[in-house]
Amino acid sequence: MIGLAHYLIVAALLFVTGIFGIFLNRKNIIVILMSIELMLLAVNINMVAFSVHQGDLVGQVFTLFILTVAAAEAAIGLAILVCFFRNRGTIQVEDVNVMKG
Amino acid sequence: MTVAAVIFYLFACTAVASGLLVVLARNPVHSVLWLILTFFSAAGLFVLMGAEFVAMLLLIVYVGAVAVLFLFVVMMLDIDFAELRQGMAQHMPVALLIGIILIMELVLIIGGTLWADDSSPLRVAIAPAPEMVENTRALGSIIYTDFIFMFQTAGLILFVAMIGAIVLTLRHRADVKRQNVVQQMHRDPAEAVVMKDVKPGQGL
Repeated sequence: MIGLAHYLIVAALLFVTGIFGIFLNRKNIIVILMSIELMLLAVNINMVAFSVHQGDLVGQVFTLFILTVAAAEAAIGLAILVCFFRNRGTIQVEDVNVMKG
Repeated sequence: MTVAAVIFYLFACTAVASGLLVVLARNPVHSVLWLILTFFSAAGLFVLMGAEFVAMLLLIVYVGAVAVLFLFVVMMLDIDFAELRQGMAQHMPVALLIGIILIMELVLIIGGTLWADDSSPLRVAIAPAPEMVENTRALGSIIYTDFIFMFQTAGLILFVAMIGAIVLTLRHRADVKRQNVVQQMHRDPAEAVVMKDVKPGQGL
């Protein structure tokens, strides 16, 4: 019988895959953004699994908001990326030092 | 093994495998395509859980908008991706170590509830929606009433993101000719057109 824990394990695997991707592709910011999307997807799976498990729809409503914020984040992130590439001609994470942070 | 279990394992394995391929693929375009497959499998899992609305939303928002946005950016920027992949081999051990530690911790936490003896009330089968009403209708009835302010805030966030993305990427290039409507409207017909009386048989 497929229960809550099965979905949680899938979500955990996807989340760890996202973290793994961030550590692995440390230079390529596009893949880092995609890894963040994977992590948000894992959180969404958790939210929906708990929502269905508890019979409470609020979890699914929050999934909608996570989705909204993820879409906004991807749009802004890619816009900054395009802007940065235009100015510097590279997207290497190590070269991002304009602000000397 | 029931049909639902088979479908669950199919979608779950596809989601995890394609998620791994997102971070391991050599070409970022392939990464985006694997990401789309991951979203499709996750949507399948959502449908299996009975959350159809979120599943369809995931397909529309993620596959239809976000993934295509990624695809556009990957193809638009002229980047040497081989150079970006250079340090991958030396990052691999650290990444694997952290990944394995995390996955062990998470599986211990979740497995603690799955295999513990006294957890049977916690792992009852996933129940269908409590009331016999479609998922979409039930969601709609609470989003537009109880969560109306959060819904509006979500709209505001999307609006700000849209304006921000446009402001960030818009640029005025000096070497491109643009239409100046005011100048066009204020052209004087008397100056713009010259009447010439051409005699027959002669050119201008």
